[in-house]
Amino acid sequence: MPKNLLIATFSDPDRLIRAVRNIRRKHIRIYDVYTPYPVHDLDEAMGIRRSRLPWVTLMMGVSALVLTLLSEFYTAVFDWPLNVGGKPDNSTLAFIPISFELTVLVGALATVAALFLRAELYPGKRSGGTVKDATNDTFVLIIRRRDASFDASKARLLLEHCGAESIEEKVAEL
Amino acid sequence: MSPATTGHHPTEAQALLPPKYIDGDPSLQQIAEDIARPLEAQPGRSWWICFALAFTALLNLGGMVTYLVAKGIGVWGLNNSVGWAFDITNFVFWVGIGHAGTLISAILLLFRQTWRTSINRSAEAMTIFAVICAGLFPAIHLGRPWDAFFIFPYPNQRGPLWPNFRSPLVWDVFAISTYFTVSLVFWYLGMVPDMATLRDRAKNRFQETVYRWLSLGWNGSYRTWARYEVVSVVIAGLAAPLVVSVHSIVSMDFATSVIPGWHATIFPLYFVAGAIYSGFGMVLTLLIITRQTMHLERYITAQHLDKMAKVTMFTGMIVSYAYATEFFTAWYRGDVYEKYHFINRAIGPYAFCFYLMVLCNVLTPQVLWFKKVRRNVAALFIASILVNVGMWFERFVIIVVSLHRTFLPSAWGMFYPTRIDIGILVGSFGLFFTCFLLFIRFLPMIAIWEIKGASHFERAAQKATHA
Repeated sequence: MPKNLLIATFSDPDRLIRAVRNIRRKHIRIYDVYTPYPVHDLDEAMGIRRSRLPWVTLMMGVSALVLTLLSEFYTAVFDWPLNVGGKPDNSTLAFIPISFELTVLVGALATVAALFLRAELYPGKRSGGTVKDATNDTFVLIIRRRDASFDASKARLLLEHCGAESIEEKVAEL
Repeated sequence: MSPATTGHHPTEAQALLPPKYIDGDPSLQQIAEDIARPLEAQPGRSWWICFALAFTALLNLGGMVTYLVAKGIGVWGLNNSVGWAFDITNFVFWVGIGHAGTLISAILLLFRQTWRTSINRSAEAMTIFAVICAGLFPAIHLGRPWDAFFIFPYPNQRGPLWPNFRSPLVWDVFAISTYFTVSLVFWYLGMVPDMATLRDRAKNRFQETVYRWLSLGWNGSYRTWARYEVVSVVIAGLAAPLVVSVHSIVSMDFATSVIPGWHATIFPLYFVAGAIYSGFGMVLTLLIITRQTMHLERYITAQHLDKMAKVTMFTGMIVSYAYATEFFTAWYRGDVYEKYHFINRAIGPYAFCFYLMVLCNVLTPQVLWFKKVRRNVAALFIASILVNVGMWFERFVIIVVSLHRTFLPSAWGMFYPTRIDIGILVGSFGLFFTCFLLFIRFLPMIAIWEIKGASHFERAAQKATHA
């Protein structure tokens, strides 16, 4: 669905951060910021809370660990015990390396899959093109105009004051 | 002192300037231009010559492997005494090469070593191609390679008969597959933002479509960046133990047996250090070639080469220490077979391999003490080649020299490589270099977004020191 947007561009990340801080101080919600590389102070300036994706890693990793150990135990002790050099059927220590590797494998794949799901990244997706230069050298700040009470001129003034290169209002898809 | 410190104002603060890993002060636009140039232009003549050579070797590999599969492994020089030779030597050699890439991309990321930024992408690519080469050998050294899938535990109609999970050879399969998959995912994940940059620069529809599919709709949203950074650190944290675990498991293929020369507790550490040593040797070789032919001296500076040379020297000395420890243990433990093995290593029929290994792995790293050598591209290039020669011979010494004279003198024998042995070794280099040359031609070999971030960081640090 097309959205009503106020798009400001910056050529310098420091000005962008200043703008983000000022905008938020005026209790205007920022829709998103687009940057060519992760600018570190932006986390705190935008008030983004820490991602919970590492929990996915932990949960999936632990599940893989437990499942692998269980299946090694089941196959080697119950399903088809093999006597190899008189070693015990349940050689728990010898089962660790494979469990470890599968923990890493499943943890990593699940984390990346969760990132792609959460950030809605998938092959062939179109990026819109509203903020094309953000992948090159431009820093873009977008405010979404949700209702009539939004004072665009005030926001515009503020952004200009913070050193925005260009400011435009646009109805577009993001 | 780094070149950055020889600035305009010789004040005390300048002596404390942070090191600069990017020459000059390129704009964000310029960085993307510079790195995308090899992708958007036609490759030069040197690229075509290298590619022709590599591709010929790859074709040779295809032919030889076909012949091997058709005839059986008797076409190699293997015999009853020496059941593993070039095949497993090549396998261990290539897996080892990969380790430097993961060390650079994962461990140096966790340690916040900013100098890794220019080299991590190509080092990771090297890891992936090296693991592909490595994976080839265990598959083709099976008598019946078409049954290779028996190693995976899936419910089958043979019982179900499961693999023996106590065997290090089975651990190996899991370790290498995990290593390959995680490295590939990490490498691709790192490239997604660059694919978006290339998509938005694309000059024609075809390029645009390809990069659009690869970039997954990335648009630089900071909310995505924030998650992306967290995920990168998580994957790095998962990949870091792989640096240690994969080659440890490879070493257990040997150490858990009772063959003199293999049955040693030092093996995991020894193998991991050797892997990083040989891997850094290969990274140096590749980066020196690419920086000269692709003109990326601004991003892969003398400082990068210097740092990698230092890591090579350090791990080289760990390896040397391990060699000495092996000899000491053989003497100290009083086992007659172990003692004989090490005497045989030094004065037996394969002694030249041992001395070549000492020359390349013990003596060569010592020249890297000198800054003059570390800053001399030609000298460093020669040293890096010697490192790889030495590490290949180290694995040959460990495998073949241990096997050819074990317990019973009546079971002793010699291994002589056949044309197929040598052809497949050369062919694996062909596979590796073909992949690498295609990589530098079609994918950004330096992480554009990371260089942009690093240049921002360097500028901010300079500003802070001047203020």
